Formats: sequence, structure tokens, C-alpha cells
Amino acid sequence: MKIASNDKGAGAILVLAEARDDPRYELRLYVAGQTPKSLTAFANLKKICEEHLAGRYRIEIIDLLEQPQLAAGDQILAIPTLVRQLPQPLKKIIGDLSNTERVLVGLDLRPAR
Amino acid sequence: MVTSINQPRSNSNSKIAARRNSQPKPQALAKTPTGIKGLDEITEGGLPRGRSTLITGGAGCGKTLLGMEFLVRGARDYGEPGVFMAFEENAEELTENMRSLGFDLSEMIRRKQLFIDAVHIQRDEIEETGEYDLEGLFVRLNYAIDSIGAKRIVIDTIEVLFSSLSPGILRTELRRLFHWLKSKGVTAVITAERGEGTLTRQGLEEYISDCVILLDHRITDQVLTRRLRVVKYRGSSHGTNEYPFLIDARGLAVLPITSLGLNHKATNDRISTGVASLDSMLGGKGYFRGSSVLVSGTAGAGKSSLAAHFVDAACGRGERALYIALEESQSQIMRNMRSIGINLERWNRSGLLNFHSARPTVYGLEMHLAIIQGLIEKTKTKVVVIDPITNFNAIGTPLEIKAALMRLLDFFKMNSITTLFTSLTEDAAHAEDSEVGVSSLMDTWILLRNLEYNGERNRGLYVLKSRGMAHSNQIREYILTDHGVELVKVYTGSGGVLTGTARVVQEARESAEALRRQAEIAQRQRDLERKRASLEARLQAEREEFAAYEEEVLKEIAELRLTDATLAQGRLEAAQLRDANGGTKIKRQRPLRARGGNGEDRQQR
Repeated sequence: MKIASNDKGAGAILVLAEARDDPRYELRLYVAGQTPKSLTAFANLKKICEEHLAGRYRIEIIDLLEQPQLAAGDQILAIPTLVRQLPQPLKKIIGDLSNTERVLVGLDLRPAR
Repeated sequence: MVTSINQPRSNSNSKIAARRNSQPKPQALAKTPTGIKGLDEITEGGLPRGRSTLITGGAGCGKTLLGMEFLVRGARDYGEPGVFMAFEENAEELTENMRSLGFDLSEMIRRKQLFIDAVHIQRDEIEETGEYDLEGLFVRLNYAIDSIGAKRIVIDTIEVLFSSLSPGILRTELRRLFHWLKSKGVTAVITAERGEGTLTRQGLEEYISDCVILLDHRITDQVLTRRLRVVKYRGSSHGTNEYPFLIDARGLAVLPITSLGLNHKATNDRISTGVASLDSMLGGKGYFRGSSVLVSGTAGAGKSSLAAHFVDAACGRGERALYIALEESQSQIMRNMRSIGINLERWNRSGLLNFHSARPTVYGLEMHLAIIQGLIEKTKTKVVVIDPITNFNAIGTPLEIKAALMRLLDFFKMNSITTLFTSLTEDAAHAEDSEVGVSSLMDTWILLRNLEYNGERNRGLYVLKSRGMAHSNQIREYILTDHGVELVKVYTGSGGVLTGTARVVQEARESAEALRRQAEIAQRQRDLERKRASLEARLQAEREEFAAYEEEVLKEIAELRLTDATLAQGRLEAAQLRDANGGTKIKRQRPLRARGGNGEDRQQR
């Protein structure tokens, strides 16, 4: 289990690397409790980031059971939802991120066919 | 499929609650009043409490408005805060749209009576990458409900999601959503777009089956009519018809606004028709308060004048009146009535008399009725004139008009409002045919007709019926003078019914004859007097003659007696002279007789 909450319950923040020249990725993963889908999504996300964005990404995990008021801001309906805050434009990827190809397309790391 | 383990809060509890709610209850179904005019009557109390109701209809038929009004009225009138989850509009747009109907949403949001959550979902922003559920939607709804303690919720229109998310997951999640709503105990309204040949495009009626309401709008003869029908209502009876409804400046109103039927109280109170002679034709007192009066007649028969008198009399009593003119403008009516001496301006100026002039074709029939009702409620009117109702024929079939008028009359009677309808008869020959088929709804029916005779056209009036009072069976001539309407007895005699000049001539002739008869009587009486006087004179003369005669006769008698006495004295003296010859007997007798001076005395002795 890698998700840790900070004291305020404002979601766990994992900063794995500092950015260099390449664009920095700010990602937000919305979950609702530690469900199998959420855990799967997080594991998949971490794996993809390590492979493709090593050193230049940040993942913020928001648990809507703790902070339900945040759901409306990013227009979250589906859980889990991954939001690419940066680089612009905003992108939303829903599901447990098990389809790596589609995650890469969604993150603009691979052009859509 | 993987069932999410994180149904909001307590999964098991909510399931039990849901099961409990879905079990049939022996007592009457609890209902949540919508506060929307008419809808609560049709649904016999409102929407099923704690359950979901599906509102379906085509684009622009008023689904969003119905939903929003459900929340606004719930919060304002029933103290039940509400959540509006919008999939098609944002909070600003909704606030703007509702402001035109007098609902200040931002103020309600500030007071925590309302929570708007606008869901915006854009297909090209979203990439599906595996298993997901709609827990985010649940979280948002739950947060919204809990943050203001909502009892009502509207989801408008969730079908939008079908264009962005995969239908398989969506269907599962919707089923779970409606279950969850039930377990939350909120009364929900779910709107949906009507599909081709189906109630909803995405088959939502499969999930929400407690109550389904269908909205519809149609254009017939270029006039739009909105209609509402309760398709099903599990566990409750409900009105099954298609009911017209409208959207006006005060929101949504389903007609019948009142479906009271025939239980209004009848009063014995009577009010003047404004024409004294017409009052006397109606049992001497006029119309019953709260009754409906139909004045029908051909063009120019004087219907509006009678209506103006009625209104004038009402204002004179200090009652508020409303004149609904479907043919003439306010100033035209006032000018025309001035010409017959009815001053309506003063009442209009003092605020007792209100006019509502509108061409029938500017809106649909239902809109007219709603406007009329709105005006009446606003002005606290006691007397209403609709002039003429036959103009509604342009915007509805006789059946529709009759149904609409029936509702309007129920409304009037419930509020003890006396109504006078004028009705234009096209064909004098069929004057007694019921104009728009409404005569049976009317309590009093006054017929004005033109009587053509002797090269002129005159107006006649009679009371065809008047429920609950003894009324005149006479035809009266109806005359418009510069001081209003006058009803004159027509001449009925051997020459038939005479009106106008013929009546005047006939009356003159009759009065001349009467004069002549008067003169003759006087003459005869004078003759008699003269005869009596002459008789008296003659009698007097005779009497005088007799008296003179009598006097003469008595005088003669007296003279004769005197002579007689003188003669007797003479004889006595002669006898005394002859005493020497004897004859004592005679000598004693005679002086006695002469001394008495009276024949009868003489005999008695």
C-alpha cells in the first residue's frame, strides 16, 4: 500500500522527481476510498509514469470520500479519474488505467492512431 | 462485474432501507407536494415521497422548468431544501432563466435552500482506460444533499451521459443510482428526453417506474398547446387525462388549476343587473351572486351595453369588476358606453374596474384562461364580464372551449364571482341554439333579439332561463337611450307583438281613444246632471204652484166659515126676536155651536 495521507487529509502527494528540460507532468488521481479499482489504477499509473516520465511527474491523489467538495471542481463523475493538470490542455482519463496504450494516448505520450 | 465496495457510507444499511421502501405499504402512499398549480390535484397530492419520478418529453417542453419549480416551491412553501444536478446548463444560465419567472436562485443558494451542481462532461476530453464506476457522481450528489439537508433532488438530464460513457457501465450505475436515491429518502425528479416510439430515448423508464409524467407540446392551427399526462403512478390513483398546462410569468400551471367539480356553495345573495326593469324581470332582485349569466344575441343587439350596466352597478356597490374584452379596446368600450350614459371612466380611474383587452388569437385558449385567472386573483374581482366568449371559437373546438369554460366557471363559483358572458349569435333563426355549447353551464340566459316589423328593426329582450328564481316570461322591448338601457313593455294585442314606431303609434291611438271615451263619459254625466236639475226645477215649480193653490183654498175656507158664523149669528138674533112665540130648544143650542168655532168639536159634543 503506497497511498499515504497527510495530516490534514488533503490527499497524499508523491513527488518522485524534479523536472529538468522536458515538460513537467502534474497528475491528479481521483479515488473514492481504497477500492480494488483505485488501487489498481494507482499501481498502473505509477508504473507508466516510471517508465515514461521518470523524474518529471507529480501525482496527487484525492480521496473523494474525505474531500467530496473537490469532485465538482474537476467535474469528476467516474472513479477512478486521472486528470492531467499540466501540461495544458487538461486531459481526463477514466478507468483503472489497465489499458496502457490508451493511457499513453490520453497523456499525449503517444499519438492516437 | 466488480461491485464497488465503497457505496457511500453504509452499504448494507442503504440496501435494507431500499428494500424496506420498496415494499408495499398498507396505508396511503406518502406524497410530496410539488406546489405547482394543478399538478398536485392531478397526482392527488404530489409525487411519491422518497421515490423517483420520471419526467419525459421532447425538447423545449418544460422539463427543466418543472424540475426547478418543484425545488423552488418545495424550499419556499414546504421548507424542503433541494438539489438540482444539471447536465445541460450551468448555474448561471439556470439562475438567469429562472429570474424571468420571478425565482431568485442565487438568493436561495445563499440561504442554503438550493444547491446547484452543474455537471459538465466533454467527450473529447475523456479517455476510457479500463474499469470504472460513477462513484464520483454519487459523491457529488451525496455531498450536495448533506450540505443543505436536501429532501428533494432533480437530475436534469442524466441521459446526456450516454453520449460520453459506455452504455454498459452507465446502465449498471444508473440502476444503482436510483436505488441509492431511494435509500437516501429524497424525493427525486429525473428528466429524460422522449424517444422515437418510446417514453425515453435511453429506456430510463425501466429503472424509474414509480411515477412517470409525460410532457408534450403540439401546434394546432398555429397555436401552441402544452399538455401533461401522468402515464403511471404506482400505488396511487391519479388523473388520467391529458391536461393542458402553460408556462407564464409565474411559472408552470397545469389546468385544471382547480378540479373542484360541483361542490361550491350556492348563495341566496342577489345582485343588481344594473337595469332596474331587468331586475324586476328576474324576480325583482337581479342575478344570484356567484352565478353565471349568458347574454346572447345577434350583432348589434346590445349585449355589451347590458354588460356595461352590470359592471357599472357592481362598481357602484364598491365591488371590483373585470371587463375582459376580446373584440374592442378599453377606450373604445368606454367611449361607446358614454354615448348611452354609462360612465365607466370614473370606475376605471378609481381602480374598481379593470379591463383586459386581447385578441383571442394572440395566445392559446389555456393561456387566456390562465391570464384571466391570474388577473382575477390579482385584482380580487367579484364581477367579471367576458365579451364575447364566442370569439374563442377561433382558437379551439367547441369541446375544448366548453371544457375550458367549465373549469373557469368552477373557479368563478368557488370564489363567488358573478360572471356575465356575452355570446354572438350568427343566425337569428337559431338564437336558442346553444352558442358554443355552453348554455347548459349557465344559470341565467338572457336572449336579445332583433324584432323586424313595420319596416324597422327593434331590439327585444327576454329571459330564456334563470335557475332558482321566478322570472318573467315576457318579451320586453330593449331601448338604448342616452341614459342607459330601458326595457319597455311591448304592445301585445290583436295586431301581434308591436315594437318601436308601431308600438308608439299603437299606444298613441289607444291613448286618443281613451281620451275620447273620457270625454264621452263626462258628457253623459253632464247630461244626467242637467236632466236631474231640470226635474228638480219642475218639481219646485209644481210645489210652489201647489202651495199657492193651497193657500188660496184655505183662505176661501176661512172666508166661508166666517160667512157661516155670521149667518148663524143672524139667525140667533132673529130667533131671540121671535122668542115670544116659544121654541126654547133651538134657542139654547145654536149659540153654543157658534161659540166653539169648530165643526169637529161640535160633533164630539
